[in-house]
Amino acid sequence: MYEIRFHGRGGQGAVTASKILATAAFLESKWVTSFPFFGTERRGAPVTAFTRVDDQRIELRSQIYEPDAVIILDKSLMNGVNVTEGLKNDGIIVVNGKRGNLKEAGKYRVASVDATSIALRNGLGDPSHPIVNTAILGAFAKISNLVSLQSIKNATSDTVPSRKKENVNAIQEAFEETELN
Amino acid sequence: MTGNEAVAAGVKLSNVKVIAAYPITPQTTIVEKLAEMVANGELNSKFIEVESEHSAMSAVTASEMTGVRSFTASSSHGLLYMHEALHWAAGMRLPLVMTVVNRAIGPPWSIWGEHTDSFNQKDTGWLQMYCETNQEAMDSILLGYKIAENNKLLLPVMNMLDAFTLSHTSEPVEVRSHSTAADYLGELELESKMDFNNPAGYGSIVPPDGPFMEMKKDMRDSMYNATNAIKKEITTFNDLFNAELPGLTENFMMEDADYALITLGAISSTAKYTIRKLRERGQKVGLIRLYFYRPFPGEEIVKAVKGLKGLGVVERNLSFGQRGPTFEDVATALYGRVDVPMRNYVVGLGGRDVRVKDYELMFENLVEGNNEIEWVNVEAR
Repeated sequence: MYEIRFHGRGGQGAVTASKILATAAFLESKWVTSFPFFGTERRGAPVTAFTRVDDQRIELRSQIYEPDAVIILDKSLMNGVNVTEGLKNDGIIVVNGKRGNLKEAGKYRVASVDATSIALRNGLGDPSHPIVNTAILGAFAKISNLVSLQSIKNATSDTVPSRKKENVNAIQEAFEETELN
Repeated sequence: MTGNEAVAAGVKLSNVKVIAAYPITPQTTIVEKLAEMVANGELNSKFIEVESEHSAMSAVTASEMTGVRSFTASSSHGLLYMHEALHWAAGMRLPLVMTVVNRAIGPPWSIWGEHTDSFNQKDTGWLQMYCETNQEAMDSILLGYKIAENNKLLLPVMNMLDAFTLSHTSEPVEVRSHSTAADYLGELELESKMDFNNPAGYGSIVPPDGPFMEMKKDMRDSMYNATNAIKKEITTFNDLFNAELPGLTENFMMEDADYALITLGAISSTAKYTIRKLRERGQKVGLIRLYFYRPFPGEEIVKAVKGLKGLGVVERNLSFGQRGPTFEDVATALYGRVDVPMRNYVVGLGGRDVRVKDYELMFENLVEGNNEIEWVNVEAR
């Protein structure tokens, strides 16, 4: 079983990202679950979402405490939330922003991408509320071979209610621009 | 799809004609989805927007009385506000189906899961089913109408989903065939229904020597004796849809178990995951999941627990001043028939996560503990 934890802020699309990733794996004939931890939903508040992928039916329904990957939609969250808590030793980090001074960079494999610029360039959200969820999945596809880039694109087209083409473009651009450590 | 989407799909499959509901988290997305289906013509139903949950239940009670298949959904405080109307619906012998997305009761305020809201309704005359998966959430709507509309029963059915753990969790679900579902349920044909050409009064006063007690006894007997009919319907459903619904209960790794837990709802999945792990370590542990809570599957439990060295009843709800309601009901079923040491565990109130290590602790405690009721994953104060 492969477990992914998303950290974002309300409005960035972390919950949808977890659903798209699950759908992508489902399209590759995997069993999946995707679920959010709902706080009192409001824009800007920290949001956590989870995706599990396995070859067989998934029985575990608790939150994810020892993820194989963490996907961080907003780097500023790292000041207040221990986003790498429980991350497995061979785990991966996908982060929106420059790797820069990421102290975890030495310990884990890291994929970093400027998903905010990519989202805005593709007309996803506005400067105060960029919707970075699809772009960040392009970075995940670059560092992980859990699911193919094409499946993520297909799942995105199936999932997002509008701007399908722009979202798919954002995924492709993020995939190309992602830096790995 | 999410559990709530699965419920909406089940309602569509059941060809429901009237939906009345008042939104409350985490149930809201069920009726949002249904409203969308009605608006875009996907579902040919009347959607009645009401000003409260009491009105929602009153509206579907009235529509069902005219012989029209009806549905509503609620949670938590909304369900409590319906309480009086729930007795009316059951007392009128109306085969309604309602989904309850289990959410805690305040204060303190909480939008997260626990079963207290529906446990507070267990004595209203509604059948109660607790779903473990989104597939079950969909299937239980169809099965629910089939059972409720059985002429020998004619009682409403309440389907439960754990808040967020099912309601907002996406997982693979097979949408049942519309034509098979239509053939399976058919049209609702109530023998006794409101007739506009022959106006009559309903639910009027009955003196103490009138048929009041007789009507209540008939209700009680109908539900109590429904277990065989329910089991038969489940078998038919599984055959017809190639489905995997359990019986009134599901026995998981019980054949040679020394110690077992009893659970309800979606938290049972994590218990199964834990049991597989403990089995790998050589521990003979098992699980009894109660799919139906009303009628209470006492006979199934009696059969399943024979030979156990310990039985833990896991409670995601609370009764103050007594042990948990599930514990009481299990103890009543076993009284004078099977002597098994029993413990009671309280878990997951207010949405607190129920984890693998919590179940490990319960199984440890089952062997070594001595408290009659244990609170799991609770800070000592």
